[in-house]
Amino acid sequence: MNLAEGVQIVSFGLLAVMMLGAALGVVLLANIVYSAFLLGGVFISIAGLYLLLNADFVATAQVLIYVGAVNILILFAIMLVNKREDFKPLRNRWIRQGSTALVCAGLFTLLSTMVLVSPWSLAPGGITGQNTVVVLGLHFFSDFLLPFELASVLLLMAMVGAIILARREFIPEEVLPDLNQPTSLTLQERPRELLTVGSGGKGDTTTQPIDTNA
Amino acid sequence: MHLQLQYFLLLAAALFCIGIYGLITSRNAVRVLMSIELMLNAVNINLIAFSNYLDPQEIKGQVFAVFVLTVAAAEAAVGLAIVLSIYRNRETVDMEQFNLLKW
Repeated sequence: MNLAEGVQIVSFGLLAVMMLGAALGVVLLANIVYSAFLLGGVFISIAGLYLLLNADFVATAQVLIYVGAVNILILFAIMLVNKREDFKPLRNRWIRQGSTALVCAGLFTLLSTMVLVSPWSLAPGGITGQNTVVVLGLHFFSDFLLPFELASVLLLMAMVGAIILARREFIPEEVLPDLNQPTSLTLQERPRELLTVGSGGKGDTTTQPIDTNA
Repeated sequence: MHLQLQYFLLLAAALFCIGIYGLITSRNAVRVLMSIELMLNAVNINLIAFSNYLDPQEIKGQVFAVFVLTVAAAEAAVGLAIVLSIYRNRETVDMEQFNLLKW
């Protein structure tokens, strides 16, 4: 065993321990803010594993998208639903957890026996040391062109859908039928002061009901 | 002693099982979304390990991993928007309270 393989083995072990520990923390910790930060740790460890697997572009994309976008989005969602509530204890909750743990352990046993028993037809030769970015770009613009374009359409649809779903609900009867006002090109949504008061309709109707600072 | 393919597959299987456990047992809706992200990442580890060990010439596994990454980002955005909308309607994030479709 030369030095490079030793370094690879040791870094794989460290990354695996970090990843599994952080994933268990995500699932098992009581405070959800700790879970969100540990989720970032899981993503960074997975990016390190990708580097061990010679996938440098995907490792970079993993750090950018998961740690930079998805994890921040989850942290914002935690802030927006920030209500510290104690969940009502359920009867027979331990039966559910125990049976789920049993099923998960069984699934892991099944998968691991499948992995260890089946003969993998490994590619001969090994690593060619080519530039993965060039090969990925060739794939994206030749034989994976249609899924690549569909992915952009999917991202647009997800963006519009997320905006539509997350905006405050509009109450139609609160609108003044004032035709003299110029129609603005903003999305109409419920004014903010009505949200805090409740849906009692106590808002001042002389103010403009369209919240333009959204 | 090289790094084998089996190590990565075992690691991904463990991560996937942790994700399933969290998906079923957690009661906070945001934590359910986090568990889904864990499962998607386990699948990505599998894809990249296969593309490195079985197909190192044309790395199609990495192409699929990039597509999974894209879909996961879209899923996280829409899922968190749905959680926010449910929280506004029901005033809670407890999964046990979301029983409107229960028979």
